[in-house]
Amino acid sequence: MKTRTEKYEMIVIGVSAGGTEALGKILPELPENFPLPVTVVQHMHPSQDAFLSRYLNERCAVTVKEASDKEPVQPAHVYFAPANYHLLIEENRTFSLSVDEKVHFSRPSIDVLFESAVDAYGSCLVGIILTGANRDGASGLKLIKQSGGMAIIQDPATASSCYMPKSAVDAVDADYILPLDDIGPFLREKFSPVSRQATR
Amino acid sequence: MNEREIETIEINLLLEAIYQRYGYDFRRYARASIKRRILNFLNKSGLPHISDMTRVLLRDEAFFKEILKNFTISVTEMFRDPDFYQAISHEIIPYLKTYPFIKIWHAGCATGEEVYSLAILLKEEGLYDRATIFATDIYDEVLSRAKEGIYSLAQMQKYTVNYQKAGGHRSFSDYYHAQYDSAIIDTSLAKNITFAKHNLVTDSVFGEMHLIMCRNVLIYFNSSLQEQVLHLFYDSLPHGGFLCLGSKETLRFTKVNRHFKEVDGQAKLYQKIS
Ligand SMILES: C[S@@+](CC[C@H](N)C(=O)[O-])C[C@H]1O[C@@H](n2cnc3c(N)ncnc32)[C@H](O)[C@@H]1O
Repeated sequence: MKTRTEKYEMIVIGVSAGGTEALGKILPELPENFPLPVTVVQHMHPSQDAFLSRYLNERCAVTVKEASDKEPVQPAHVYFAPANYHLLIEENRTFSLSVDEKVHFSRPSIDVLFESAVDAYGSCLVGIILTGANRDGASGLKLIKQSGGMAIIQDPATASSCYMPKSAVDAVDADYILPLDDIGPFLREKFSPVSRQATR
Repeated sequence: MNEREIETIEINLLLEAIYQRYGYDFRRYARASIKRRILNFLNKSGLPHISDMTRVLLRDEAFFKEILKNFTISVTEMFRDPDFYQAISHEIIPYLKTYPFIKIWHAGCATGEEVYSLAILLKEEGLYDRATIFATDIYDEVLSRAKEGIYSLAQMQKYTVNYQKAGGHRSFSDYYHAQYDSAIIDTSLAKNITFAKHNLVTDSVFGEMHLIMCRNVLIYFNSSLQEQVLHLFYDSLPHGGFLCLGSKETLRFTKVNRHFKEVDGQAKLYQKIS
């Protein structure tokens, strides 16, 4: 039988203003053999290239890259939505992209990713909302929670821009509200194979 | 069975009904996007379930037209990805200059911004008069807007920046005149363009083309449909013909890949070599 934390199969993260710093703290904490895939929507300027994922890839043990259309999801990978495209996860666990209208003035939109991820992963999903100055993500995180997944929000007091985590706190009865510095270690401990051994 | 699984059945039945009743085949579109669009529409319609949409559309053509409008959201812009147009100028234009006449196909042209962008580039390269340009889309309403060539004046500032970054030689305002809050594209750009309805999924080859542009359309298809449509492009190109995809679309993982040379990996320009 699967233990409670072993049921999870995907982590989705939504982040806006202040994201480079926040992700730069969290993602390097993940070990090389981290068993879950992570998918990130970071709001950014439409003409931004893949700088952020390249930058983080140099600093992380897991592979960090921009998601390609139809690419299959793999563990120990962190996928970023490309600038100016929505990123969605299909039920067969491949990515797809779209240039549909912006949602909450954003493309990529966090809600678009989160809602499609719920269709693909149901209750086996962990959703995280970090710093940002936008309401995007709150309704997606609520859906994750309603569907039996885990909802984590960065403690707004530790966010360089607190509006987005605050909106999420108002909308969702989160499982964890964590200071920025604790989120990386929390993910590592909760989901890494080592800690799984320890809980058995 | 949970609600989501029931919805999956409803979506299958809806797409099947649309296909059998109206001939539009969305069955192999990437599901996650099409589902979003269906749920958006359902929300606006006030109907309780997706299956109610199916019931209504079977007999009410006007209702189907509304759904179709929702399925073909056509977000586009002039000189989208300026680097792409730079790459066309450097990598493809020199080839085209060696031909006495040029046939170009924009597949999935939406409201035409991309078509006029390339037309401007051709004009500045002195190639426009040799070009026959076909611009097609599945949806007639966007085609008539493309034909009109009237865009919002508010967008022109952004398009001017795009045009300059794309390497434009002139002043962008040479190509349109402002009227109230509209920008009307200069009719000399439309002279060699034919707009026509064509469905990439169910219609056949459109004719032999030297250059096919199909940007940000394939991302809406699932892998098997992508293969089918790429094959259609393959069949439409002569040896040495060019295929240009959207900035996040690639031939790399497809079966037709071995028949193409990557001319510019960043800009997604390909040339048929066998
Ligand atoms: C996002 S727009 C792309 C516009 C433009 N090429 C660009 O990149 O800016 C996608 C277009 O593809 C069209 N389309 C979708 N399915 C199609 C099909 N089966 N055949 C032809 N066009 C299709 C839609 O109607 C829409 O106008």
